[in-house]
Amino acid sequence: MRYIFLIYSRETDRASMSAEEEQAIRAQHRAVQDEAARKGVLHAAQPLQRTNTATSVRMQDGKALIVDGPFAETKEQLAGYYLIDCRDLDDAIEWAKKIPSMCRGGAGCIEIRPLMELPPR
Amino acid sequence: MSGERARAVAEATFRREHGRIIAALIRLCGSFDRAEEAMQDAFASALASWTEQGIPDNPGAWITAASHRKLIDGARRERTRREKGELLRDDADEPAADDAASFDEAAAGLPDDRLRLIFTCCHPALNREAQVALTLRTLGGLTTDEIARAFLLPEPTLAQRLVRAKRKIQQARIPYEVPPEHSLPERRASVQAVIYLIFNEGYLATSGDSLVRRELCAEAIRLGRLLRELYPQDAETAGLLALMLLHDSRRHARVDAGGALITLEEQDRGVWDRAEIEEGLALVEWALNQHNPGPYQIQAAIAALHAQAATPAETDWPQIAALYAELAKLNPSPVILLNRAVAIGMSEGPERGLMLMDSLGVSGALSEYYLLHAARADLLRRSNRREAAAEAYRRALALATNETERRFLQRRLQELSG
Repeated sequence: MRYIFLIYSRETDRASMSAEEEQAIRAQHRAVQDEAARKGVLHAAQPLQRTNTATSVRMQDGKALIVDGPFAETKEQLAGYYLIDCRDLDDAIEWAKKIPSMCRGGAGCIEIRPLMELPPR
Repeated sequence: MSGERARAVAEATFRREHGRIIAALIRLCGSFDRAEEAMQDAFASALASWTEQGIPDNPGAWITAASHRKLIDGARRERTRREKGELLRDDADEPAADDAASFDEAAAGLPDDRLRLIFTCCHPALNREAQVALTLRTLGGLTTDEIARAFLLPEPTLAQRLVRAKRKIQQARIPYEVPPEHSLPERRASVQAVIYLIFNEGYLATSGDSLVRRELCAEAIRLGRLLRELYPQDAETAGLLALMLLHDSRRHARVDAGGALITLEEQDRGVWDRAEIEEGLALVEWALNQHNPGPYQIQAAIAALHAQAATPAETDWPQIAALYAELAKLNPSPVILLNRAVAIGMSEGPERGLMLMDSLGVSGALSEYYLLHAARADLLRRSNRREAAAEAYRRALALATNETERRFLQRRLQELSG
């Protein structure tokens, strides 16, 4: 079953990270992706641009209400995602422990959500 | 055969065997709901059949076999429903007679099944309330109505909680298995926490249906025994069971006929349950000999010292204070430090205890905690400072919310002015 791993971390921290720190984290991501690819379970993994590039669109009375910024202002922001095939939630939790969510000084958080599998059309 | 007697035996069997049977059913069908349905059908069959033909020699085996049959029936009905309208029917796909045989074999109810079940019910991806409700419902076989009454919740709220938990198990695919070695200690701690919470819910709260609360304590002890049976070498598991037994041994002594709390000091030690004490003491001794102490073992050791004192004056307070100090090392919570202060007050004199309590109160963590003021009041009373004691009791009264505890504090206050 496929699970999506949503990485939430603090953008401010990421901005103040040193080049070495950033490189170390990137290397950790690469290690996870390599391992998942080797096992044939990696579907996708991608960082996102910062939330100041976000645009939110909400349909209201048939018209699109377009707002600058992310869906919600939160302490930690969605920074990237992984899409991995897992045996079960415990397997997914093991992957989540490996995916870096770190930013300077503090760990972020990984939210695991199973994808809803729809019957083939 | 009277229907009443059949019902009584069926209910007792159902309660006793519920965890074992449903754990095997869930493994076989992979669904909490279908397993529960099969068990309920089997229970209904038992009532009908036993009323008519008498109670079988082995009611547990009868219900096990019947529930497995119901599970197969259910699967067959499901298949027929699905295939209705489809022209082609694959007869080879029908469950054959030997399916039933393999089910009966599985019905032996390996302890592994109950182990899987308890780890799934207490999975950290479920919130604590859901873990407790699910454990009581599946392993304990309590009805949603009984669980709701025990926790003073409306039945629909509790039912909804169970539905959500089962849905999450299925949709997020929480595995039905014993966790691997590397995560076992952490996962077992979660199971222990759920069991202890069930016990305390039954033991500490004095409001609500007392029969149901009694049932919670009994169920927690049953689950504690099960975990001990499954992990006979784990010291904390033994410590947890000992702790529950030693507390439970005082259940007849700690509340009077009117429901008012009786302090340890004033309890009639003659009505303490000797059998539970003996069992608890033996477990504590075994656990401490494993030289791998943990919070349950230390708390059990404290309870053991109280249990061993024939009169309050014989209580080994210095040793209790030392154990609270050990406990504070593992978990430096203000409440544990308060308990240590009480023990020091009892062993080295009220003044020493009061000094420690004042430092806790000053640091602020407990300044709004009624037990701090109640404990201070008690030491002040013992050192004959009646005015200050009354003041502290009034402060505690202003903060206490539990009716039983409030009545206790009021009584103390009256004694002081009397």
